[in-house]
Amino acid sequence: MKPLIEAASISHGYGGRKVLQGLDLSIDKGEAFALIGPTGAGKTTLLRIIDLLEVPDAGEVYFDGRRIPRSGKERLDIRRRMSFIHQKTRVFDLSVYDNVACGLRWRGWERNKIAEKVDHILEMVGLTGYAKRNARTLSGGEAQRVALARALVLEPEVLLLDEPTANLDPVSTAKIEQLVSCLAREHNTTLIMATHDMSQGQQLADRIGVLLDGRLIQAGNAANIFRSPQGKEVARFVGMENILEGVVMTGNEGTVMVNVSGNAIQAVSDYSVGKEVYACVRPEDITVSLSNTRSSARNSLQAEVTRVTTLGPLSRVEMNCGFRLVALVTRMSAEELDLQVGKEVYATFKATGVHVMERGISQ
Amino acid sequence: MTEIWDGLTRAVQLIISFDPEVLEIAGRSLRISGTACLLASLICLPLGSLIHFRHFRGKRVLINIIQTLFSVPAVVIGLLLLVVFSRAGPLGELGILFTPAAMVVGQMILIIPLLLGLTISALSGVSKETADTAISLGASEFQTIWLVLREAKYAVLAAVIMGFGRAISEVGCALMVGGNIKGATRIITTAIALEAGKGELELAIALGAILLFLALIINIVLNRLQER
Repeated sequence: MKPLIEAASISHGYGGRKVLQGLDLSIDKGEAFALIGPTGAGKTTLLRIIDLLEVPDAGEVYFDGRRIPRSGKERLDIRRRMSFIHQKTRVFDLSVYDNVACGLRWRGWERNKIAEKVDHILEMVGLTGYAKRNARTLSGGEAQRVALARALVLEPEVLLLDEPTANLDPVSTAKIEQLVSCLAREHNTTLIMATHDMSQGQQLADRIGVLLDGRLIQAGNAANIFRSPQGKEVARFVGMENILEGVVMTGNEGTVMVNVSGNAIQAVSDYSVGKEVYACVRPEDITVSLSNTRSSARNSLQAEVTRVTTLGPLSRVEMNCGFRLVALVTRMSAEELDLQVGKEVYATFKATGVHVMERGISQ
Repeated sequence: MTEIWDGLTRAVQLIISFDPEVLEIAGRSLRISGTACLLASLICLPLGSLIHFRHFRGKRVLINIIQTLFSVPAVVIGLLLLVVFSRAGPLGELGILFTPAAMVVGQMILIIPLLLGLTISALSGVSKETADTAISLGASEFQTIWLVLREAKYAVLAAVIMGFGRAISEVGCALMVGGNIKGATRIITTAIALEAGKGELELAIALGAILLFLALIINIVLNRLQER
């Protein structure tokens, strides 16, 4: 199957600053794709190029197999098959109804059909009864729903979302997420969203792409990205807080022992002996206990607590076991174990919880 | 100082008595400046929008030139048009010198830079995201311009009012290309100049007050219109 959208060697910059650097991406019809990456990585620029708001300095964009010209009316025709919800939502200084109707009017729809569509979508987003209100008088969450309705009423083939829930409270966020995924599924809409919120990407997307410094470093399903990041930068971005430098000592049928500052750490990997690697462990995969309980977890290291911070229902425990190790435990268990600075504990994690990657690649 | 007070009372008398000559002059002032302002707006709102939205070389310089032309004296435009429209001039064949048509052209030229410049700055007041959002929702260039103009309606209206104000208050150009012919090209400002020259200060002041009164009515009407 041909991809619906293809970006080939896209480079783009603003005033001498390179934002995208030779980026390749293809997205299939009906796919939900999330672009994750830190601010300034080029997510918005990429979305703007896909929406044909911007012409890239170099590279080509293909839509449905057709190469998109750099100017001319065809761009408008193709753009009208997409909707883009920008990060900075701008409702127009018009009534809610007119805000939602404008895209259809611009496409030359009939009055009656517009009314039917708009009423329906306003009901979907829970804004019935707001039709006559000036959209500028709405709250942030309501305005975002107008923006969503305005984009969805067009029944686009492609829906682009740039940080759709930035600056919204958790309840509004959940509402928006639910609407997007529900409506996208109903119409088999291709979804491309940029977010720095990894859980949102995980929740809404079939596939996730990591954008760092204008390059698409890795693309794959959520498990692939979160469990097996390629490179230290991606690992750090997806929350692999423990990135330990080591050298493979012994290897045997897919398991290796990695020497990290004199500690042997067992991991699942195929790297050969002598390889310089990073052993990465997610902090939530480490359990902290007072006695050395050898279970199916294969690594148990003696450690001294150096710092405990409370993060809502969780406690972040920093330990020293010859190297720095961070674990996330529930606040309950932190209290039960009486974790305090100086306390002697055991940090335990499974060999399968360790992701080993070669040092010095991809960056 | 008594002239001013007498002038004002005279103005009130002239207005409430519907003095036919004053009505005629005031009506002509309104027609000529209103036409000039309408035509100039029809040119400047789209053209100013294009200048604002399009990217091209020399845009900064162009905007600088437009703003400089805010200060062109009306009498200089009158002088140039006198040459152009005179029988021997390049557009002499039109035969519009000393007619209201020539005055309309003169006032248009006078206020075009002002309307262009103020339209551009009105649109600059609308965030770039608004235009981007419209384009993303499938607006053509023309549809985007129309939407953004509506978003900037207060500032755009102020530009039009400014343009009308400059047109109805100018005297130099109207005198040069109109000729202040009684019953044909005499408007309030040229009448003021004439009456003042004759020493009829009261009448001159009365006419000045009537001009301001007209401007007030126009303002009220335009503001009502845009509130709808």
